[in-house]
Amino acid sequence: MRLNQGTFSHLPDFTDEEIRAQLQYAIDHGWAIAVEFTDDPHPRNSYWEMWGLPMFEISDAAAALYEVNRCREAFPNYYIKLSAYDSTLGRQTTALSFLVNRPQEEPGFRVDRLEVSDRRIAYRLHSYAADRPHGSRYQEP
Amino acid sequence: MAGDVASDAPVERWGAGVIPYAQMGYWAPDYVPKDSDILAAFRITPQPGVDAIEAGAAVAGESSTATWTVVWTDRLTAYDHYQAKCYRVDPVPATDGQYIAYIAYDIDLFEEGSIANLTSSIIGNVFGFKALKALRLEDMRIPPHYVKTFQGPPHGIVMEREYLNKFGRPLLGATTKPKLGLSARNYGRVVYEALRGGLDFTKDDENINSQPFMRWRDRFLFCMEAVNRAEGATGEIKGHYLNVTAGTMEDMYERADFAKEIGSIVVMVDLTVGYTALTSMSHWARRNGVLLHLHRAGHGTYTRQKTHGVSFRVLAKWCRLLGVDHIHAGTVVGKLEGDPNMIQGYYDTLRLDKVPANLLRGLYFDQDWASMAGVMPVASGGIHAGQMHQLLDYLGEDVVLQFGGGTIGHPMGISAGASANRVALEAMIKARNEGRDIVVEGPEILRAAARHCAPLQVALDTWGDISFNYESTDTPDVLVTPSV
Repeated sequence: MRLNQGTFSHLPDFTDEEIRAQLQYAIDHGWAIAVEFTDDPHPRNSYWEMWGLPMFEISDAAAALYEVNRCREAFPNYYIKLSAYDSTLGRQTTALSFLVNRPQEEPGFRVDRLEVSDRRIAYRLHSYAADRPHGSRYQEP
Repeated sequence: MAGDVASDAPVERWGAGVIPYAQMGYWAPDYVPKDSDILAAFRITPQPGVDAIEAGAAVAGESSTATWTVVWTDRLTAYDHYQAKCYRVDPVPATDGQYIAYIAYDIDLFEEGSIANLTSSIIGNVFGFKALKALRLEDMRIPPHYVKTFQGPPHGIVMEREYLNKFGRPLLGATTKPKLGLSARNYGRVVYEALRGGLDFTKDDENINSQPFMRWRDRFLFCMEAVNRAEGATGEIKGHYLNVTAGTMEDMYERADFAKEIGSIVVMVDLTVGYTALTSMSHWARRNGVLLHLHRAGHGTYTRQKTHGVSFRVLAKWCRLLGVDHIHAGTVVGKLEGDPNMIQGYYDTLRLDKVPANLLRGLYFDQDWASMAGVMPVASGGIHAGQMHQLLDYLGEDVVLQFGGGTIGHPMGISAGASANRVALEAMIKARNEGRDIVVEGPEILRAAARHCAPLQVALDTWGDISFNYESTDTPDVLVTPSV
């Protein structure tokens, strides 16, 4: 499966040049840039690992792209996302967030059903990759 | 008798009988509204022979303390405090006998946190008043003092986005079609296909409640199977607005509780249930962490006509106060009524914290929401992927775009229809962020995106030329519209 998280998950993966253009848009708005990575893509996983602190005072898209590429080198088989954060009053939340790296294989999710009474079903989303411990997921067997 | 009024001849204020409203204190041209006053702008069309100022004073009177004749019991009160005051009446340019009357109401006239009470005063009796041919409530200024007595949206735009983990683009939805007649199992099929293909939300129609062809509990169960399967297939959060509208509050609570119990992140309710029931559902939604979607079913009966009724921007204010997370607010380009300026005004009213007065957008007053969360407007009705650049340009990012027919009517199937919409949207956001002029280059951007998405190509081929170009009935006229 192809993980559909982030602003652009239905488009082909971005080239570095396309990533740089989005970074520039964020920088032009005064948003902070963050790089985060994970091997637990459950949609309720709000806290991906931070690749350093968010870049608050950034003025150059190339510098942010450099961090993306360093993160890719360190974690080539992880999900990596770029987020832009808008700290203005009334927002104080993420403004843009998209994937910039995926594992080679994306095994996806299993939907577990627990049938309870009166035809109700309790559903649980189970990431196949999470069957293995952190750090050893998405690796070639 | 009300005709030749307003001005000169002094009248004995407390003499028995009927005296002009303007002379009872309801016309106060020197009054300076207090920061805590609730202000209203009414479009009045007096009957022939009725003076505009007297008509404005009558509206102030009938929407506050007055009755048709003098009552001595007024003198048991500090009546001038409780009297609404019409403080300004302006003719509307180029109309036949229409005026905008500005009226101030002291905050003491209204119960805290009650839209029912507010509306019973402001629109309670006065719309049937014989001295007026027509009356329209154009706008209201709700002061922060009163705003703060309401809960507001259960979650609001920011919390909703964080809860859904979806940022930087409008959300996508579709209403299940046909709106009536599908069995619960078939209905769930539509939900699954649309969500799997790329929509964020699907929606019950406003008149899907619990009919003989599909009872609510069966629909809820099949829809949740569809939602969970789609989340598994895509790895992203999905939702279906389960309509809990019912004949009694107890039934609504039962349905909403069940929706929550089986894991739905969102429920919906129709405007037809009434302001108090909506407020109760809003509190329920805050308490239970479930998003609340409002369908404005029935609003067109009183929002559409320019000279009589209540403007939708006022309804939008009431709904932000009583608290919903989503509200249908027009599309500009779709099949339903909507002048672009007016719709901008509704969207500003719903989303911004401080909304400046802007007559071109129908906003008569500055409105300070005092940090009350914003409501996500929903654009629904006759829109399709080929209009994506216009939708994004007019409506911005914090909006749910609902393509019902544009998803389910896709020649390659529902999932393909959903995917066409999602690809069109993401391609347009990408291009906009890259600095391209999407209004001009929109069609080219869509054609380019369609090269790697066959369903989008088919959607453009099918609906590319469809537009609904009818004159709007509600257009700005208080200000002369600048030509573009």
